[in-house]
Amino acid sequence: MIIKILGSGCRKCQALGTATEAAIAAKGVSATIEKVTDIVAITRYGVMSTPALVIDDKVVSTGKMLSAADIARLLPV
Amino acid sequence: MATFFTWLNDQLLRMQWLSDLVAWLVRDGLGLDLAGPVGGSVHFFIYDVIKIFILLSALIFSISWVQSHFPPERTRRILGGRSGLGANVAAALLGTITPFCSCSSIPLFIGFTSAGLPLGVTFSFLISSPLVDLASVILLASVFNWWISLAYVAVGLVLAVMGGVLISRLGMEDQVEAFVFDAPVQDHDDGVMTRMERATFAVAQVREIASRVWVYVLIGVGIGAAIHNWIPQDLITALIGADKWWSVPVATLVGIPIYADIFGTLPIAEALSAKGVGLGTILAFMMSVTALSLPSMIMLKRVVKLPLLCVFVGIVTTGIVLIGFLFNGLSPLFT
Repeated sequence: MIIKILGSGCRKCQALGTATEAAIAAKGVSATIEKVTDIVAITRYGVMSTPALVIDDKVVSTGKMLSAADIARLLPV
Repeated sequence: MATFFTWLNDQLLRMQWLSDLVAWLVRDGLGLDLAGPVGGSVHFFIYDVIKIFILLSALIFSISWVQSHFPPERTRRILGGRSGLGANVAAALLGTITPFCSCSSIPLFIGFTSAGLPLGVTFSFLISSPLVDLASVILLASVFNWWISLAYVAVGLVLAVMGGVLISRLGMEDQVEAFVFDAPVQDHDDGVMTRMERATFAVAQVREIASRVWVYVLIGVGIGAAIHNWIPQDLITALIGADKWWSVPVATLVGIPIYADIFGTLPIAEALSAKGVGLGTILAFMMSVTALSLPSMIMLKRVVKLPLLCVFVGIVTTGIVLIGFLFNGLSPLFT
């Protein structure tokens, strides 16, 4: 599974990255995290507010600082 | 009743109690003379920093709450259903309840344009978003008065609507980078937020924005304190006094490259006003600092071509200068 974090490197994006790592570890799934910081690349996902979370090329959350528990719920079982 | 409102205004917005408390601390605690430049600037600095951070937290919390009802996807749906002048007005109004940060305006620009919103409507939104927000209303009321703050909002909205209408008249759609139109339209819906989620979101916004702007606030208050107590009034009035016609264009041009938001510019405005600088000059400075900045222009350059960028900057600059002259001319009405 590939999880992408979209955001131009703001504090919230970094926090979302940390929360995602925690969620993966807690659920014990194997996933790679990629950070997408280029604004043009971000807009390819049609996202208007960052940070956004993309799981296997599907946008699951935009403009929200999710907690690790929130992210765990979004991960496929 | 009127005296009650004045009292409420003085204590809640101007925070007279805080000013008195800091005055007591500086005078009796530190033994400084408040009328002297050192005591005066220490008082200005402490009082303004605390006041701005209290206002900032309270305001960002309330605005974020309102904002949580209007995610960009919803704003786009609302605007998509309108046309003509009504769409520009709606865009300018919705711009008042969106994020302060110019860094979020580019994804919005792309999201709006790729969904087929007219360029002029998007620009109305882009002009109004950093320029006018609920925070500026309260802050201006706290430094000046309610009439000035309402007048600021009114002219800010007029500038946003007129700017957007002008840009759409010029038909510059070909001046937008091609990839913008190719961006997919994602209508991701997070569903309805609970009250708890809105509160969490609002608290997170307060923390995020405070951690981002505190440096600018300190710099702004520092400059304000310097103007307030160290630079002679004669020098300031000779350079940009209310009777100098060039004060408005100078204030506007100086403000363009500077990047700060309303919280950072406020202490400077406060100090300039106390030194007898014209109201229009001060408003022009605040508007050009918040609406136009070098970082946001560099961002915008990635999505639009140079001629459109120049037209945008030109229209907003001209508008701000006109507003400055207007307010300097009308300022006797507001005192």
